[in-house]
Order: sequence, then structure tokens, then C-alpha cells
Amino acid sequence: MPDTVSFKFSVDGEDFTCAGQASVIVKKNLRQLGLPPEIIRRVSIAMYEGEINMVIHAGGGEAEVKVWEDCVEIILTDHGPGIKDIEQAMQEGFSTATDTIRSLGFGAGMGLPNMKRYTDYMDIKTEIGVGTTITMKVNLS
Amino acid sequence: MTVNGLLEGGDFKALSLVEGEREISGVYIGDLLSWVMGKAKSGDAWITIMSNVNILAVAALTDCACIILSEGVTLTEEITRTAKAKGINVLTFSGSSYDAAVSLEKLL
Repeated sequence: MPDTVSFKFSVDGEDFTCAGQASVIVKKNLRQLGLPPEIIRRVSIAMYEGEINMVIHAGGGEAEVKVWEDCVEIILTDHGPGIKDIEQAMQEGFSTATDTIRSLGFGAGMGLPNMKRYTDYMDIKTEIGVGTTITMKVNLS
Repeated sequence: MTVNGLLEGGDFKALSLVEGEREISGVYIGDLLSWVMGKAKSGDAWITIMSNVNILAVAALTDCACIILSEGVTLTEEITRTAKAKGINVLTFSGSSYDAAVSLEKLL
């Protein structure tokens, strides 16, 4: 594989006011790399949803974005409770978020569905009590 | 129609005006942030009643022309400062989201 450009972020699970900052930085970085606007939009939306999920459900985690020759890869890793039923979690409108989270405008049950919708590939590896790793790819061509 | 143009009518008031010449090309109304993330388009004026700091990230990521807070909703001083620092236009409107959309429809 040729050299890749890679960005790594630590997502703070305690601070809701910072949620989304990594996605905004990724958006700026990808713009500087000259990627097409629609690709940047898809990557940053998918990453934002993942970032918010990590804050809401997992107490934070790590996000890594790699720009390959043919795709942008987003890897989100957390050490949260894991996803009990992936099929259910993938349904639009299904959410386990609390009322407090909902009052902030989150918890609409659109996070994972949006991540799938805006990427060309999505893989979820999850283990109850251990954590979740989500890998997403947005193709460049 | 630019954000400055929208302000000229007097119905919309600026809370954070950093890019007044930004062109408004459409409108999106919504308060569920994930929904807005998925549906709002670049250049939209986004009408919402949500006023927490997370709306700034959503506006930045969707590349909205401006956020319009309806129902007279306003921002705290701290969030207003953050909006200015992040380069996000935020306006306020005293009427409902529907009334704001009707006003925009006449102007756009």
C-alpha cells in the first residue's frame, strides 16, 4: 500500500460540548487535501454520528481517519458496553439514549443508519462488556 | 439571497454574523440533529429551536449558510462566542419555524 495520510483523535466521553470537534477537524483536513466536497460531507457526517455514539453510549473512545489512494477509512474504537442487538440498533428510530440526551437533539435512532447510508462499507465488531469497533469506508471513485 | 440580504428586512436578527455574504440556496427545518445531519444541504438556512452548542458542529459539518433560531430562541453568550470563533452565522426570528420558512420563501 502507498503512504497514507492519517489523523487520530481521542473522543472525550465526559464532555458533550466537545462532541463533533474531531469531525470538524477532519472536514477541514480533507478539504485541505483537495478531496471532492461530497466525499468530505459523507465522511464527516459518518464520523460525527460515530463520535456522538461514542460519547452517548461508550464514555468516549478513539477515532482514526486514513486517506488511502482509493478510499477514506474511518475506524472508531470504544471500550463501552457493546451493542446487544446490531440488527435492532441498525433500525431507523431505534435508540437506547436517555431523555437528557434526547433533549439535546440526539437519540433519534438515526446514528448507525446514517453511518451506513453515507459510507460504501461498514463493519461492526462488538463484544458485550468489552467494546465496539466500527470500520467505515467511503470510496473516492 | 445572502445572509446580509435576509437581515435587511428586519425580521431576522443576527446573533453571530461572520460571513454575511454567504449565499442561501435552500431551507431545512429540523430539531433532531441526526436528521438534520442526514438531510440538510450545503448552503441551506437551517431553522431550528435547538440552541445547545452541538448545533454549531452540525452547521459546520453540513455547511449550512446560517442557523435560524425560531420562536425567539437565543444563544448563551458563551455559545455565541463559540459560533463567532467557528465562523458560523446564527440568526434569530421571533415567530414559528413555519413563519420563518414562509418569510424565506418570499425572499429567496
